[in-house]
Amino acid sequence: MDFAILVQVLESTLRLATPLLFACLAGLISERAGVFDIGLEGKMLAGAFMAAAIAFVSGNVWIGVAAAVGVSVVMSLIHGVASITFRGNQLISGVAINFLAAGITVVIAQNWFRQGGRTPSLSGDMRMQRIDLPFAEALRDVPVLGPIYHGILSGHGLLVYVGLLCVPLTWYMLFRTRFGLRLRAVGENPAAVDTAGISVIGMRYGAVAICGVLCGLAGAYLSTGLSAGFVQDMSAGRGFIALAAMIFAKWRPWHALGAVWLFGLLEAVANRFQNIEILGLAVPVQAMQALPYILTVVILAGFVGKAIPPRAGGSAYVKEH
Amino acid sequence: MSAARRIPHWADVTLVPLTSVVLAFLLSAVLIWAIGESPWQAVKLMVEGAFGSSYGWGYTLYYATNFIFTGLAVAVAFQARLFNIGGEGQALLGGLGVALVCLYIPWPHWSLALIAATLGAALFGAAWALIPGYLQARRGSHIVITTIMFNFIAASLLGYVLVNVLRPQGSQDPSSPRFPPEAHLPSLHDMLAVVGIPFSRVPPTNISLFIAVAMCFAVWFMLWRTRLGYQIRAFGESEPAAEYAGISPARITIYVMLISGALAGLMAVNSVMGEQQRLVLNAVEGAGFIGIAVALMGRNHPFGVFLAAILFGFLYQGGAELALWTSIPRELIVVIQALVILFTGALDNMVRMPIARLFALRGAR
Repeated sequence: MDFAILVQVLESTLRLATPLLFACLAGLISERAGVFDIGLEGKMLAGAFMAAAIAFVSGNVWIGVAAAVGVSVVMSLIHGVASITFRGNQLISGVAINFLAAGITVVIAQNWFRQGGRTPSLSGDMRMQRIDLPFAEALRDVPVLGPIYHGILSGHGLLVYVGLLCVPLTWYMLFRTRFGLRLRAVGENPAAVDTAGISVIGMRYGAVAICGVLCGLAGAYLSTGLSAGFVQDMSAGRGFIALAAMIFAKWRPWHALGAVWLFGLLEAVANRFQNIEILGLAVPVQAMQALPYILTVVILAGFVGKAIPPRAGGSAYVKEH
Repeated sequence: MSAARRIPHWADVTLVPLTSVVLAFLLSAVLIWAIGESPWQAVKLMVEGAFGSSYGWGYTLYYATNFIFTGLAVAVAFQARLFNIGGEGQALLGGLGVALVCLYIPWPHWSLALIAATLGAALFGAAWALIPGYLQARRGSHIVITTIMFNFIAASLLGYVLVNVLRPQGSQDPSSPRFPPEAHLPSLHDMLAVVGIPFSRVPPTNISLFIAVAMCFAVWFMLWRTRLGYQIRAFGESEPAAEYAGISPARITIYVMLISGALAGLMAVNSVMGEQQRLVLNAVEGAGFIGIAVALMGRNHPFGVFLAAILFGFLYQGGAELALWTSIPRELIVVIQALVILFTGALDNMVRMPIARLFALRGAR
């Protein structure tokens, strides 16, 4: 593999990892607050549709992004009502959200655009424009640094950089602010938080809403950045890969970045090469596709370090009287 | 849940799920109305399409057969309070089991092929569920996550096997060759013709419908008439109590997942052997997930699963007709399915509380 191909693969890794990163951080924040969310996939899909549809209608990608965030937050709140207010099963609620998104996006897309459940392709300002980082052109021909800065880091849509920025922000929010401390406490020991006079329900709704915003951004980047328009089921399991990355990262933001880069790299490599030879052994493309899931099972099984979720995750909080 | 106790049992098994379904249907009607179609017209089309002819009935029952298997699979796991989302992957592997049995062994008669294919499907499905079951039982890995992951791994595995192993030489299509004619199952048309009842020849309804009904009885018997079933239900009610009574949680978890996976795998006898007659990439078409809705609606009871499977069979066949005659796409059914899962599963308390309040009022009077 020569250097130019490596640069290309890493460049596409960065792009492919972006929706995973948003969704992974979304799940991380929700689960840190004790609300399991297997509906990341559905929220991302609904966001992808709204972003593409509204960007097409308005001609402005950012209005589309706002709409994506809006619809994703609404779906998050449905999840919140079911799992926080009515103390329903969080996993079942997540499954419902996934199906709701899978069905309703196609029904509405067909109704609005009559193109077989997709949006028209986006062009110009309806898509996320690539941003050239400062001095990218100037540094282009510098050896090593040039290809890395110009070839890999520069020239992505704004959301790629927002995603990268979200990692330290999430870390800071969770581990350096009062809100984050409370949020984590709600996921570990809600009764203690309640005793301190803080609303467990309020904290959990807050976390679920943030999760919605991030999933909306994931979906928006998917349909306006990675591709140019919405097609049926375009999230294609990315919400579950994000879930896998979250477990792989053991619910820690910086590790999440590493995990999504790894999974993004696998996707980039699988996209570029049909069959890869490693040490004379042909690795089929399906193995590359399955690898994130296999790695997650291995981590969950505790063969390579143990993934321990927040203690109160998955159960609704019932106040003692 | 204090509210739950105030509802009489009969209302708990009929009124609560029915209210949920009505709510789901009402919201779907609003959606149909919002996209500019008439909900009433849609219902009429669906009912006519699904029940108006033996053709419609055939397809309804064919889909229902799939959903009985996957619904039972989810229901058995739910009885032990295990959420098996892996029905999709287990059914895919079941399909592989069926295909290997039908392709590589020359069967003299369909009845022998059916027995072997049933065993193959159950074995492969169970094996695919065994790993998450084992990991849950022995390593504490969350079964929901591992079964989701196994769905994706199953899809990749099947893709590999179809493209690199089973695909006939020179074929572009990632699918296995057709099964030999000796492995063709008798259709409902053939079987009813013996007793002189005319039935449409077109739908793929076949003998596995009766296997599905038999499985409903078998699961009921297992759950309520055997020691294992008692242990499963006790484990589902309270894990510490069951453990105190000498029931091994690990053993029950693994047994339940084996049974659940086998049931999901059996679906392939109906779809792969009964309809497609070869193994294709997308052999399950989401039926594994519909099992979740079916089990929730059927209150995890085999009879409830049977009824809910017929309802979803109706929705699938009716939805196909709807897509044919109106501008409403088939995906509307996925929305209805989502709403059923939402109301019967996640928003159960929302439906339950007002009903409980009604009964409390009546009791006070």
